[in-house]
Amino acid sequence: MRYSGFRLLAQGLTGNRGWRPVWRDPEPKPHYDIVIVGGGGHGLATAYYLAREHGLRNVAVLEKGYLGGGNVGRNTTIVRANYFLPGNSEFYSHSLKLWEGLSQELNFNVMHSQRGLINLFHSDGQRDAFARRGNAMINQGDDAILLDREGVRAILPYLDFEQARFPIHGGLYHPRGGTARHDAVAWGYARGADSRGVDLIQNCEVTGIDIEGGRVRGVQTSRGPIRAGKVGIVVAGRSGQVAAMAGLRLPIESHILQAFVTEGLKPVIDHVVSFGMGHFYISQSDKGGLVFGGDLDFHASYAQRGNLPMAEHVMEAGMTLMPMIGKARILRSWGGIMDMTPDGSPIIDRTSVDGLYVNCGWCYGGFKAVPGSGWSFAHLLATGRHHDPAARFRLDRFARGDLLDEEGTGSCHNLH
Amino acid sequence: MRITCPLCGARDRREFHYLGCAVYLDRPGPQAPPEAWEDYLHLRDNPAGETRDLWQHAAGCGAWLVVGRNTLSHAVLSVRLASDVRAGAQ
Repeated sequence: MRYSGFRLLAQGLTGNRGWRPVWRDPEPKPHYDIVIVGGGGHGLATAYYLAREHGLRNVAVLEKGYLGGGNVGRNTTIVRANYFLPGNSEFYSHSLKLWEGLSQELNFNVMHSQRGLINLFHSDGQRDAFARRGNAMINQGDDAILLDREGVRAILPYLDFEQARFPIHGGLYHPRGGTARHDAVAWGYARGADSRGVDLIQNCEVTGIDIEGGRVRGVQTSRGPIRAGKVGIVVAGRSGQVAAMAGLRLPIESHILQAFVTEGLKPVIDHVVSFGMGHFYISQSDKGGLVFGGDLDFHASYAQRGNLPMAEHVMEAGMTLMPMIGKARILRSWGGIMDMTPDGSPIIDRTSVDGLYVNCGWCYGGFKAVPGSGWSFAHLLATGRHHDPAARFRLDRFARGDLLDEEGTGSCHNLH
Repeated sequence: MRITCPLCGARDRREFHYLGCAVYLDRPGPQAPPEAWEDYLHLRDNPAGETRDLWQHAAGCGAWLVVGRNTLSHAVLSVRLASDVRAGAQ
């Protein structure tokens, strides 16, 4: 069923009785060419592009809970392409271009809103670093504008520019940055994959990975064994545990990241604002809630909930940046499990087991990467070759010392 | 979350700095092969359950601690001085 203005009108006039479930609920088949473990944004996007770009339809996505119930439904929805390092820059640039056509491509409104992203700076040194980053973004073909203090004041008049600790000197403006409706991305890809014949199997937990003679043969699941030609692991914070079923250790430590939302307000914050020195960033959802977050809680965790010290720190940073936020009331907070790598960059690669592939290590930047990650992982699964923009996301780069440390904070899982 | 420092008693998590997995105590020797450094710096068991990691009582006595924790519940299960753990291992 395609969505259109006409269909909406027709359904509205006939009591909305004609809508149907947008994906099937199939029983698992005994064999698939490709099994994707994990029905989150990245897994669903991978399945979609396998079918759409490579014509591979004998594909299953196995999800232990429900589709989109993990980090794709728990993130702060920011979409941007403001990376600096070769390897990251071209990948996120490609992903942003996919975002820009995504609602049309999927015939599903992902509410991609390019409202502009401003990264604030507070010193001459930071200004130089952001000027350099902006030039790298422009060289990549993306957009960046270096704003001075008055330039920032013109679009973000509500910030406290004269704060004592971090007076605002300016910002790097990325007009094509913005937000999207996180659940809709998962649902849109799920619907697109399902309509092309991919089996989306929910409540199906993978409990083992079958390997014979160094080659993957299938998976054991809570709904029985499934044979597979290739298996792709796309399970974010649970990557270490699923990889362990194949006897692998990954360079991943799972950490907790918190986010917060206020009660709904009238439009007040028109952009995405990032206050890096306070580890604070904020945007306003279309529903009106101020959505914001901070840094990791810094210790390994699978709890999907945070601790009070980081919640306090985030609130303090918010009050420092924009004192008006003190008038808003927090509606709720939550946490997600971040698959942190030692250099803060992801992994899209094959493993030492033939036919077994991993897509993980997105740290806390996975949402904007969903289209690009799905595209590149599908390319790798289908062709056996790395997709050029993701060719540096290798599993062995750590052993080779060829790190992609975007923030330059060193080889430690919780510092990115 | 509170951690009981063996020297100072139970204190708020804010007083402690987290370094990472307790594998950081087992630094490879100068003749160790590259794979040992890969294990030491990058690869992690990353358990969903009981784990051991290194914390420093940074805003207290400064001692390095090996803390046994549960990553699912945030429960602190055991705290030992890192110096005792190393002495016990030798």
